This record gives sequence, C-alpha cells and structure tokens, in this order.
Amino acid sequence: MIRVLKPGLLTTVQDLGRRGFTHLGLSPGGAADCVSFRMANLLVGNDSNAPALEITLLGPTLEFGVAATLAISGYGSGSGYGTSASSSLPMNEAFEVAAGTTVAVGALSAGARAYLAIRGGLLIPEVMHSCSTFLPATIGGLEGRALRAGDEIAVGERTQGSPRRISPLAVASLRPQPGPVRVTPSLQADWFGRATIERFHRQAFTVTEQSNRSGLRLAGEAILRSNQGELLTEGIALGAVQVPNDGQPIILFVDQQTTGGYPKIANVIAADLPRIGQLRPRDEVRFQSVTIPEAVELLRQQERALREAFAL
Amino acid sequence: MRIAPASDSSLFISFGDSISLEAHRRVISLFHAVKRLRDPRIHSLHPAYSSLLIDFDPLQITHAEVEKLVEPLIAERLTAETRIAESSPSNLPPNPKAGGQIEIPVCYDGEFAPDLAAVAQRCSLAEEQVIALHSGADYFVYFLGFAPGFAYLGGLASPLHVPRLSTPRKQVTAGSVGIAGAQTGLYPNHSPGGWQLIGRTPLSMFDASSRPPSRLQPGDRVRFRRIDRSEFDRLARLQASR
Repeated sequence: MIRVLKPGLLTTVQDLGRRGFTHLGLSPGGAADCVSFRMANLLVGNDSNAPALEITLLGPTLEFGVAATLAISGYGSGSGYGTSASSSLPMNEAFEVAAGTTVAVGALSAGARAYLAIRGGLLIPEVMHSCSTFLPATIGGLEGRALRAGDEIAVGERTQGSPRRISPLAVASLRPQPGPVRVTPSLQADWFGRATIERFHRQAFTVTEQSNRSGLRLAGEAILRSNQGELLTEGIALGAVQVPNDGQPIILFVDQQTTGGYPKIANVIAADLPRIGQLRPRDEVRFQSVTIPEAVELLRQQERALREAFAL
Repeated sequence: MRIAPASDSSLFISFGDSISLEAHRRVISLFHAVKRLRDPRIHSLHPAYSSLLIDFDPLQITHAEVEKLVEPLIAERLTAETRIAESSPSNLPPNPKAGGQIEIPVCYDGEFAPDLAAVAQRCSLAEEQVIALHSGADYFVYFLGFAPGFAYLGGLASPLHVPRLSTPRKQVTAGSVGIAGAQTGLYPNHSPGGWQLIGRTPLSMFDASSRPPSRLQPGDRVRFRRIDRSEFDRLARLQASR
C-alpha cells in the first residue's frame, strides 16, 4: 500500500486517456505530457499505459508500506527532489525504495509536470476504459479527484519485462528543443486578416494563472478577427488555439471541451503537445507555423527517439 | 460540403454552416457509418450540428486516406437519402427511435440567472418575456459536446438569439441553463463556459456510473418547466438523496 502523507499541489492518477467517447462530450484526457508519462512507465518495466501519478509543480509526500521500484520523469534536473533523509531523488531512472520509506518529491525544478510510476502500476478501477482522472466531471482515477492526505493506493501487476535504463544522451534526445511551439493552420484561420496571422506567429504570449488541463489561457496583444460572424458549434481537435472575442487565445488541452463555437486560428502539432503540458503560468509562448507533413514527420521522429531510447 | 484538416491528427467534414435537420441527418448518418468501420486508426468522432470531426492516428493513416475512407460513406448516404425522400415526404427527426419527450424543471430566479437582465436589455424584452419565450418552446437534442452530457438544443425562439460572452466565465455552476446564438443548453458539471446564463435546473444531467450516463440523448425532445425557488430546493434535496 502507498499512503499519501501530503498530496502536493495537484497530483492525479493518469494513463494515456479514454479514447472514443468524444461523441458523449468526453475528451480523451490522460497524461498532459504523454512522452514523460510513457518514459516513467518504461523505466520501471510497466506497460506504457499503466496508471501513474501526474505531479503538478509541487509533488506529494508518499509513504511506501511495501518495497517498490519507482521512476520519476519530467523536465526537472533532479536537484529539486529529496527524500525525507534529504538525499536527492534520481530523475529518469528507476530506483528502489524499502518498505517503510517516505518519499518527498518536493517542488519541480523545471517544467510544470512530472510523472511518478511504480513498478506494477497503480491499482485503480477503470471508468469507461481508462484510469485517468477527469477532474471537470469527477470521473476516473481516485474518485475522480486529486490525491488527498490519507489516501491509500495499492500497487497493480502491469509489468512488462524488467526495469530499463536509458542513457543521459537518450534522455536529452527526448527533451524537446527550446523554441516556438509548432502549429498548423486551423479551420477559421481565414477569419483573421493576413497581418493578424503574421503577428500571431511573431508576438510572444504569456501563459496566465487561469490555465489548467482543460486549457491554457494566454495573454498578449489582442488577436482580433476580421470576420465578425458567429461560428456554428463544431468539433474541436486536441491542441486547438481558439480565439474568443477578447482576442486572448486559449490552447485547448487534454481535458478540453469536445465541441465549441469560438474560431480557431491554429492547432498545436501532436509532437508539441507534451511541451504544452510542461508550460507554467508566466512562461512565454511563441508559435511557428509548419505544414501537416512536417508535423507528422516531427511526431514520427519523436516516436522513433522513444523507441530507440528504450530499444523497443 | 467542406472537407479540411483541423489539425495534423484530425479531419473536418461539414455539410453546411447553419443549423438544419437536413444537414444534421447527414452528420448522424456519417457518424454511425464511420463508427461501424471499427477502424483502429480512427480514435474518436465529434458530431455537431452540421459537421463531423474525425480524430485519427497520423502515424498510421493520412488525411487523404481518411478522406478516401469516408467518401463512399457520404456517397452511400446520399443515395439512401434520395430513397427516403422518395418514400417519405415527412420531415423525420434524425433519430425517431430516441425521440423521448423530456421535461426539465428550471428556476429563472435572479441568483441563478446572472445574464437574464443583460439578455432582456439586448433583446428589448422584459425579463418575464425572455422566460416565457425560453420555457414556452419545444427543443430538439442535436448532439452532446463541450462537456460530458452537455446536450445542444435546437429550437430557441429567434428573439432570444444573443452572442456568447466576450470572455467566457472560468466557472459556471452545474445545472446552469445558457443561451448562445440559436442554441440553448444545460451545464451538467461545474465548468468554464461562454453562454449567457438565464436559469438553473436542480437535476443532475450526467452520471458516469448510470446507464446511459447522460439524461439527454440525441433525438430527444425537451421542454423547460418554470419552477420557483422552493420547488428548486425540494427537487435539489430529492436529487441529493438519490
């Protein structure tokens, strides 16, 4: 049994999400940074969809009633992590804890989220084919909510081989290059004038505090559209950048609404979605336009890097 | 008809840019046809008033291939449609099997209706007229979207067509009744939202453990019944005790 002593800022159970329910208004959800999530599971020798903890900014303090093998993946350098004995916890490598150990993850030193996977995965009932916590409708995970002090979670049996090691070079290859977030044009890009589109790709936006797994609200010089029509509600793709009438863009994210009526100027490419999951409030964001074949090639490269790192 | 990529992982198919039973029938028909393919490369479908968004795995299938996959399904539907048109002159709802008549009690009192005054002013109506128009119409469930169990209802009286809020609210209370454009709907859970709020229902609209989890289904007909505050409280207590 794993006992939660301190829950951290927002710690939830996640997996790779529940696909196929968008027609009921349920977004796929799942890990906000699916690459780091898969890494954590692969490091401890789990199947890559085994339920693990998604940590937001400030991690939990956990007491392990049983010996366990853990891995923490994310962007942090590791210097911000410590156990109760204040030795630092390793990042991006599996490590063992004895029964009775208390692990205090502490504040993340970089990025917004890290993943703590336990060999065997967390034993969590599936709701609509997934263990991921969907906070907006209190579905999945631990009673559809974030962890609380006093919660107890059992360990499952979702192993797939032995724990794996990956080289620091491979870890570095999986970390995205800094630079603008890549986007493709979306369905209402032509509702915005050419100069506005150019400015959208040139100016810096700031991630506001009103950002969460459903959407990241950005602030910057207003992006105003030239077409003043009302949009008929339509389906929204993951990572859509919608622009409400106030001109402040919103990146729709993993727990997003499945349909909506604000025009969408662009869409974050699939390969850059994990980066969105690592943005903190007050971080600066810029956008760069790429073509769809370029976007797919970037996703292919990311997938190849992950497979090569773990020799899958 | 418009077919265009919405992202590197999705294809958008639209049958028009206004709300019509005709366009929606084509959406629902295509939705079922694509679902029947059970193609593992296709991840999820978002039907809406007049469009269908198809999410897929771009490492396994391209936009052009998805388009090729759905093209015959659209064509198939057109042929079937012609047949229906020949055999039945009536204006059938998209899902005659569902089509239940659901009554939703709504309290339009001030504390539940933060935008009622602004809506009335914008429409040059008294607040009472807004309430009478909203609770006096027959509505039709087009699809679920935005949030689990959020049903988009068509049939809003045209004097009540108002734009969305320029800045969406970060938090809308569960049960809130909103209007936007030609639509009305209910927020099943606490969530962000950009519709103008004119009332609230004490009923729960979505429960993941129920079968079906959503109170409203596509094809249902809906009426709103105006209730006062004491009836709201009574129904809310009843709901909570379930």
